[in-house]
Amino acid sequence: MAPEDPVRPPAIQLEGVTVRYRVAKEVVSSIKEYAIRRLQGRIEHDELVALRGVSLSVAPGDRVGVIGPNGAGKSTMMKVIARVCRPTEGRVVVRGRVAPLLQLGIGFHSELSGRENVVLQGTLLGRSRAEMESRMEAIAGFAEIEGFLDAPVRTYSTGMGARLAFATATDVDPDVLLIDEMLAVGDERFVAKCHERMSGFRERGKTFFLVTHSLLQVEKTCHRAIWLLDGEVVADGEPKDVCERYREWARSGADAPRRPIEDREGLE
Amino acid sequence: MTKDSRAPTDSSNDLPVYDSARLGIPFFSEAKALWEYRHLVRELIARDVTVRYKRSVLGVVWTMLNPLLNMVALTVVFSVILRQGIEHFPVYFLGGMLFWNFFAQSTGHAASLSVDAAETTRRIYVPRSVFVVAAVGVGLVNLVLSIVPLLLIVAVTGHPFHATWLFLPVAVLLGAMFCTGVGLVIFTLASRFVDVRETYMTLLTPWFFLTPIVYEPSLVPEQYRWLVRWNPMTYLVEVFRAPIYNGWLPGHNTLAFAVVAAIASLVLGWAFYASRIEEYGRGA
Repeated sequence: MAPEDPVRPPAIQLEGVTVRYRVAKEVVSSIKEYAIRRLQGRIEHDELVALRGVSLSVAPGDRVGVIGPNGAGKSTMMKVIARVCRPTEGRVVVRGRVAPLLQLGIGFHSELSGRENVVLQGTLLGRSRAEMESRMEAIAGFAEIEGFLDAPVRTYSTGMGARLAFATATDVDPDVLLIDEMLAVGDERFVAKCHERMSGFRERGKTFFLVTHSLLQVEKTCHRAIWLLDGEVVADGEPKDVCERYREWARSGADAPRRPIEDREGLE
Repeated sequence: MTKDSRAPTDSSNDLPVYDSARLGIPFFSEAKALWEYRHLVRELIARDVTVRYKRSVLGVVWTMLNPLLNMVALTVVFSVILRQGIEHFPVYFLGGMLFWNFFAQSTGHAASLSVDAAETTRRIYVPRSVFVVAAVGVGLVNLVLSIVPLLLIVAVTGHPFHATWLFLPVAVLLGAMFCTGVGLVIFTLASRFVDVRETYMTLLTPWFFLTPIVYEPSLVPEQYRWLVRWNPMTYLVEVFRAPIYNGWLPGHNTLAFAVVAAIASLVLGWAFYASRIEEYGRGA
């Protein structure tokens, strides 16, 4: 990890971050059942550690790719940085405007028009209505849905919806981009357009934080790769080296993760 | 991890900084976050109101028709069949019923929105309280719309309009505070358990009958009166209905109980919501 630059503090900083989940031994999703079990003292929890004292620092303009098998803690790391989940221990600092390019189309409502959805989506990402309205033309133009902006989203094709979501989410001037998996939507031509926009961010020196299973993508777009296993950083450095070591480990197979757990994301 | 470890450059260029070590006490930091996301509250209210009224042309009319139909049915039952003898029963009933509907709808809607909130906050940071406040906001819009049929009934029954109607904003404010508190609790529980809304809806029916809406409190036999007396909704409904029906301002005691109920609900509901904040974003 590079020593801290006093003029440009790191864009993302994790200091001894540990995230522990309490997972009920039996999933009790009914409040009535929970109340009964509680009275009987039959609620037991397992503890699941998703991140174990992870420290890392990402300088502004760095492009970091996080790799690792399912359950290694990748999604949790993303969640802690996206502020969706608070660390149990340790500290997370993120400096700058964050654009989470994850699960595009969250909050899109099929009965509302494209225009209304763009405004709603923008406010979910912390922008104002006026800001979104002034960008409406540009967003619709990029998504290539100009003529349909006032039609309800349920009349859109899947491609149109995805394009509008991508256009809305990326129509910002973020400092930090959080990217989950490949961001490729629509037909080949639109995918090319997406890539173009992403390289635009790259050229303007935005910080990228990418979580993916695609080692090729990390090797192609990142300057730094972090390999997570079982909540710990196994390797951190040149994408070529890290990815090579990861491939070797994956091929050897025998050395499966110590705790074969599923990706816990969204289990709530 | 000390407060002073913040780099000096942060303040000079106004980059927003998220620092998990500087969040402070959830009770206050969540209130601050809600304020920062007030625009989202407005958009969520607009979304729900628009969706509701877009789905059918009858949307707005239905909001007004629904209490009218209810009122006609209950008037027949209670003033013709059961002969309760409350003067201008339709006005008495509707005054209470509109307020009850506001309460039941907004808290129930808060429970429904927990699904939305879970979906949204899985990947994007948004303070979850915005969904509860939006639910109460939607309830407020519907309450204001349903004043129209109330005016109609008052006019038709020849019930006098009183200057005390001007007191209604205070009653509505207290109601909104109470609903927000209850909504926060229901919402927080519904974020954890799947059957909260359904359980809550079942409990609402007996609660409704423990609130003097279809009857007058004086009708309740002395040995059961404590049930009505310990029900905060009794006072909140009375504070809303008295200016409409009786043409007087609620009594000091009634008003005091309503204010205490509203504040207690809001503070306790918020404390409960804030106390669960650490759980969010993690597995069950």
